[in-house]
Amino acid sequence: MERRVVITGMGIYSCLGKTLDEVRDSLYTGKSGIIFDPARKEMGFRSALTAKLDIPDLKGELSRSQRVYMPEEAKYAYVATRDALKQAQLDQDYLNTHEVGLLYGNDSSADAVVKSVDIMREKKDTTLVGSGAIFQSMNSTVTMNLGCLFKLKGINLTVSGACASGSHAIGLGALLIRDGLQDIVVCGGAQEVNPFSIGSFDGISAFSVRENEPTKASRPFDRDRDGLVPGGGAATVIIESYESAVKRGAPILGEILSYGFSANGDHISSPNVEGPSRSLQMAIKRSGLDIKEIGYVNAHATSTHVGDANEAKAIAAVFGDHKPEVTSTKGQTGHEMWMAGASEVIYSMLMMKNDFIAANLNFENPDEDSMHLNIPAERVSKHFDVFLSNSFGFGGTNSTLIVKNL
Amino acid sequence: MERSELISKVNSVLAEEFEVEESVITPDANIKETLQLDSLSLVDMVALIENTFGVKIVGSDMPKIQTFGILYDYLAERMK
Repeated sequence: MERRVVITGMGIYSCLGKTLDEVRDSLYTGKSGIIFDPARKEMGFRSALTAKLDIPDLKGELSRSQRVYMPEEAKYAYVATRDALKQAQLDQDYLNTHEVGLLYGNDSSADAVVKSVDIMREKKDTTLVGSGAIFQSMNSTVTMNLGCLFKLKGINLTVSGACASGSHAIGLGALLIRDGLQDIVVCGGAQEVNPFSIGSFDGISAFSVRENEPTKASRPFDRDRDGLVPGGGAATVIIESYESAVKRGAPILGEILSYGFSANGDHISSPNVEGPSRSLQMAIKRSGLDIKEIGYVNAHATSTHVGDANEAKAIAAVFGDHKPEVTSTKGQTGHEMWMAGASEVIYSMLMMKNDFIAANLNFENPDEDSMHLNIPAERVSKHFDVFLSNSFGFGGTNSTLIVKNL
Repeated sequence: MERSELISKVNSVLAEEFEVEESVITPDANIKETLQLDSLSLVDMVALIENTFGVKIVGSDMPKIQTFGILYDYLAERMK
């Protein structure tokens, strides 16, 4: 028997805020988290635009022996997860005595790799790399750290699906709960923000070079977009079987109705229309909803020419005459990459819970594809009870989640 | 480096890195117990000593260096 999957906790550490309330307010006011970082220019970056984020200081909260294994993205994920567990009313006693799982999206830990290799090259002595390097360098660093810090005893693995990682993590967690294999899974996505992690991305001219106007650089669906702006942080979504949530008396915030996925089987960087369309169609079909019940679409749209255009085509084709508001929160956050699929579920949840849809920041002129969508350039006051969230990634991996208000 | 200076420097860098009060570091105190080192953080202590004093503690010597007093002697001998 398939079980219902609900959201009982959320936590976030992003350029829009470090608490759910701060992020809600930033979404409401249309705040941009993007800055110009002079250090990147000195490093030879084509674009020095980035989201602004401080690394949390966990001294005093975690011991030295706990912190030494954590790269920045694990610190972001720790803070987000700590807050999400608190909202879900899951204390350490519960985690110690129940099998709680962990599926987190992450697809790099470049800073730790670069720094340890630099030491090896310079010193020619591997001991000097230190004990933390191996654990900080592995792609699974977030799940290995969180699993040990919170003593989680269920499934524990990292989901690496490029810029759809966080979304796939939630979708896969929902399937495990639906099939009765787990009652609670801590899901999310984390993204490092340091220059080393995205220098090669800058190298393929993927980033906006609108450096004189940082807050206007990320402009999803706008005619004059010229590339994405890298961002990051971490977002945690606690998902749980409905029965477990009721039994615990936990807050039930929403329900994950369905997870759709697909792969393009095509170009490594250029997305197509057919692949994302299948992901959307799968999610809609599995949700059992009439498409008209979907009140908001949180698009993947990263502010790249081809990506936004092809997503606009896919959404227009799948939704037909039904025209719910479509926005990309990346206008405010930049592209949070491995984190994005999870953070955008939280952004959408905050909007759904507070009866508004944040403006698609910097959407000034539609192009021939986005003109067919209902993209608000200003904030919309609206009550809606179902949203759809898209996440697509390099290699042509696609994920779509549909979430209902409860 | 004078021995008193060496001792002071060893104590301060170890206390800072491993987050213990400097006062608990005494010549007769056991290093692993005092700094709460496991097999991984022991590597960090060796790296810290090497980076700070330029002395590499070879693996075969490590079992002999049980107390801070022995560590001071080990370093002093190699920094002459």
